[in-house]
Amino acid sequence: VSTTADHGRPAAPAPRAATKRRARRRRIRRSAWNVVGLAVFAVVVFPVFWMISTAFKPDDQINSFTPTWFSTEPTLQHFRDAIARPYFWDVVKNSLIVVGAVVLLSMVVAFLAAVALAKYRFTGNKLFVVLIIGILMLPQVGLVIPLYVVLARYGLTNELLGLVLTHLVILLPFAVWTLRGFILGVPKELEEAAMVDGSSRLGAFTRILLPLVAPGLVATSVFIFITSWNEYIFANVILTDQSNQTLTIWLSYFYGTSRNVDWGGLMAASTLTAVPVVIFFLLVQRRIAFGMTAGAVKA
Amino acid sequence: MTVAAEASAHRSRRRPRRVSRVLRGATPYLLILPVVVVITAILGYPLYRLVVLSFQQYGLPELIQRKGVWIGLDNFESVLGDEIFWRTLLRTVVFTAANVALTIGLGTLIALLLVRVSSWVRVLLTAALVLAWSMPAVVAVQVWFWMTNFQNGILNYVLTELRLGDFAQHDWYATSFSKLAMVTLLIVWGAIPFVTITVYAGLAQVPRELVEAAEIDGAGPLRVFRDVTFPILKPIFLILTSLSIIWDFGVFTQPYLLIGAPHIDTTNYLMGVYVYIEAFGESDFGRGAAISLLMLLIVAVLSVFYVRRMVQMGATR
Repeated sequence: VSTTADHGRPAAPAPRAATKRRARRRRIRRSAWNVVGLAVFAVVVFPVFWMISTAFKPDDQINSFTPTWFSTEPTLQHFRDAIARPYFWDVVKNSLIVVGAVVLLSMVVAFLAAVALAKYRFTGNKLFVVLIIGILMLPQVGLVIPLYVVLARYGLTNELLGLVLTHLVILLPFAVWTLRGFILGVPKELEEAAMVDGSSRLGAFTRILLPLVAPGLVATSVFIFITSWNEYIFANVILTDQSNQTLTIWLSYFYGTSRNVDWGGLMAASTLTAVPVVIFFLLVQRRIAFGMTAGAVKA
Repeated sequence: MTVAAEASAHRSRRRPRRVSRVLRGATPYLLILPVVVVITAILGYPLYRLVVLSFQQYGLPELIQRKGVWIGLDNFESVLGDEIFWRTLLRTVVFTAANVALTIGLGTLIALLLVRVSSWVRVLLTAALVLAWSMPAVVAVQVWFWMTNFQNGILNYVLTELRLGDFAQHDWYATSFSKLAMVTLLIVWGAIPFVTITVYAGLAQVPRELVEAAEIDGAGPLRVFRDVTFPILKPIFLILTSLSIIWDFGVFTQPYLLIGAPHIDTTNYLMGVYVYIEAFGESDFGRGAAISLLMLLIVAVLSVFYVRRMVQMGATR
């Protein structure tokens, strides 16, 4: 995070006492803002903190009416319980298969189209962009019925393949649009220089463009990984057998209907579901975040 | 090298000029072909089916026989004549407005706060925002459950401790309004980081001289924001607002899971939930398709601004 938006810049020459007074007033004001900032920090971070804190707490501390903020005797029991729940490893495997297939397929297909958008001017270019962004904006819940009916017709419900195809189509537009941005970010001159030096177009592509776009490829695949991993509505509708579901769906059923909820187990399962996502997200967030609003100010 | 091979090499050096020019012209189309095929097959065809379905009676028997019965505009007549549809639409509009206003408002305030705090607070706060942003929706719902449950949820404890009233055993899911208020809290918490971080990045581009000049002229922080910062950041706000409207209007996972399937009824329907229940709860895919289609049309209208903006930016690369 840049800290350039700092107002603490030396002021123009002024009588010393006045400067001092102003500096003190500025310090006080800054401290006040810091207190507000810390309060906001506490509110924003609290749900995540509370999830992790509960996951490691013994049951009697969880169920007590006066909460324990940090447990002094942390336990791994809830994690053991969560993993021992039926189908845990099945759904982890399913999630990994779906996510892997979706990332691989969408990246290959989307990259080709992104190259076309970034490197070529062609008739229909604009129409294609409208199509891509239009689909990006469709609410997924509006597509559930037709996708379900069509998949059912071809016997693809309750099949991982059905979910892979669904995720593919909802993530392709995003992948194309983001990759196009990353490819445009590579200076044209670099490739042209390589071609002047006798490289073929393909050679310039593989030796110059690809390595420079690689971080963008990684960032986009990670984002697709996360979205596919988190996706709830299609996975819930398409995969009906418990052993066939994804981790997200498994977690959504964890709560059950009983009055005595296993909060420790639920929070441990939630932590397990969130950990891969959070780690990956932290790695790529800055690269992806601005794709959706790119160029808004410069334009 | 044989003579024949040499001759063909010659030819291939001369002739391909034209071939390669044709190929070069075809290249972009070949490159986008896979995407177009995938989208047409997996999205285009279902969308076509959606339109057909909306004119059919299509329940469980039809799903098994894979054949609907044509009933013309009956589905649309039944939906548009249904009070539940109009109430749900109105509720969704109000819900969306509240969520978007809170998200953009609070998100902007936090972004402005980020500029004013010391750098270590800024780092802490940004880390917390990114953490909140990264939480999967289903996980966030479960954590919300735990924090707001009436028996020993931390929310009741904290509110009681803060002397804001007696919240012991307070049930946050007692009325439709409070249910949707909980959903709003959850969504706003998850959506603020994107807004804050985008606006903060935009703030860095506001020329400091302008702000200082306004301050020297005696403008308070409110005036500075209204007359200097906001006009410069207006494009960002427009895009953030339109994205938030589109996302919140079509929201499904949070209301569906947090309210919980057994407690969902016509008094707390949002459009996304309504579409889903109509199709998969009532097994009336024809009517569900009609509602889906209406919903897609509404969102399409809402998206026009965003799509046009993005296409403009795509064109001026």
